[in-house]
Amino acid sequence: MTAPIISVQRVSKTFGRGAGMTHALEDVSLETQPEEFVSIIGPSGCGKSTLLRIVGDLVEPSAGTVAVKGKSPHQARLDRDYGIVFQTPVLYEWRTVLRNVELPLEIMGRPRAEWDGRAEAMLQMVGLKAFQQHYPWQLSGGMQQRVAIARALVFNPSILLMDEPFGALDEMTRERMNLELMNIWSQTSATVLFITHSIPEAVFLSSRVMVMSPRPGRIERTIMIDLPRPRTAQTRLVPRFFELVTAVREGLREDPAVAAGHDFVEEPV
Amino acid sequence: MARTDSIAAPDRVPVPLRRGIWRFLLSASVIVMIAIIWEAAKTLFAIPAYKLPHIYEIAGEFLRRGNQGELWLGIFAQNAAYTAWEALVGFLLGGTVGLGLAVTFAHSRLLERGLLPYVIASQTVPILAIAPMVILWLGTSWFSKSVIAAYLTFFPVTINMLRGFKSVDPDALSLMRALAAAPRQVFLKLQFPAALPYLFTALRISATASVIGAIVGELPVGSRYGMGVVIITAAQYNTWRSSNLWAAIIVSASIGIVFYHVVATIERRIVRWRPADAEGQTA
Repeated sequence: MTAPIISVQRVSKTFGRGAGMTHALEDVSLETQPEEFVSIIGPSGCGKSTLLRIVGDLVEPSAGTVAVKGKSPHQARLDRDYGIVFQTPVLYEWRTVLRNVELPLEIMGRPRAEWDGRAEAMLQMVGLKAFQQHYPWQLSGGMQQRVAIARALVFNPSILLMDEPFGALDEMTRERMNLELMNIWSQTSATVLFITHSIPEAVFLSSRVMVMSPRPGRIERTIMIDLPRPRTAQTRLVPRFFELVTAVREGLREDPAVAAGHDFVEEPV
Repeated sequence: MARTDSIAAPDRVPVPLRRGIWRFLLSASVIVMIAIIWEAAKTLFAIPAYKLPHIYEIAGEFLRRGNQGELWLGIFAQNAAYTAWEALVGFLLGGTVGLGLAVTFAHSRLLERGLLPYVIASQTVPILAIAPMVILWLGTSWFSKSVIAAYLTFFPVTINMLRGFKSVDPDALSLMRALAAAPRQVFLKLQFPAALPYLFTALRISATASVIGAIVGELPVGSRYGMGVVIITAAQYNTWRSSNLWAAIIVSASIGIVFYHVVATIERRIVRWRPADAEGQTA
């Protein structure tokens, strides 16, 4: 095994203090290998987004250590090691689609001459080249999220952090976006950390699915997804897909907190 | 708004010329209605000319000759230009100061907490009390009137821009952080453009306020030019000829309307990313 790209060791996170204190994460550890697609699945409020934000140096952990490509998340952020996609597209409404995708190149001070070429190539990849002069409001939610993916990948980061990127889309659009994401991902060599609460989505996309318990968030189990690649629309129809979906679902249900029917576990690990 | 995933480009709504004509007809018909009610009331209640002149008398005021034989149209134009200049300088001055304060407050919680209450308090003092003070300090030149106009102008800009800066989507800020953007880049590429619609809302208010400020600044003794002087002269010495005062009111209002539309036009040029159906809110 090669050195992990993302290494999270015994990370905990609490928000607030005293009576209002919330345990968002407790003793979470995970490692991702290069070019791996790892999903973290869990119910709403289990701290999975917090985990992603800790990896991205947008939130500080309360305890534990995180290493991104052997560096601190802070250094990795300054080195622009990752691209990020949020649940909402977060496009700048005053910029055209093309200028939105160019934003990271502008921020990083890349030569102006390469902006258009890079951004157009990314839009080609997400199938929106014809829309490059449109403004965000002229696009559907799914198209906007594709622009956000193009923007996240435009500077060729080695890590892609995705925080429930398709959570706001309807089921049909989500399935189509999953296919497109597989297509896009196969053209990059990025390691993906993907947050979701959709079981089929996690199984379809991932090399590995990590199941998280609700507050305090803990990784309960890891399920290896051995479906062959490339994943296509056919992938959703094979029996192994359903077996794995069931396995993840069981994994979520076997969670002691869910089984006991309350969302707070007081017993220490 | 229609959203589509199809490959065909969505329809671009052409500049709605028809809507422009419709709006013009609408405001024109309002003027005609007011004129009808005006004349009807005058006849019905037998209101004398010094209280309510005929509309044609007000119109005729522009073609009347003054004491030195010059046309009132020219007198109005000269004074209106004087007031417009004061208001314009005041508008630019107030806009700059207002923007500067908003940027300062957005960057410093401490300064915002310390100074914002006084900025708000400044607007509770009647401008009529401020105006003579400014004239005493700065003299009776046009510039003191611009300062008074600026006093009314800066406040909406500060308050609205501050709200604009604070309304930025937290995830949009997270994105900037993820890209390791410098504070200057965050401001220029995110916070400022995001707050632009707020700025223009404020500037439209300020455009009319600056004209009011300039006119109020012309009221204290010592002023020789401007619509404020024309108005106070008409009100004090020409009460028997109220059509002169009415004409002055129309001219003064026209300056404000022109200012407003200039700002609205610039806004449409700059804030172009907005969907066409949001234009109703901005126009």
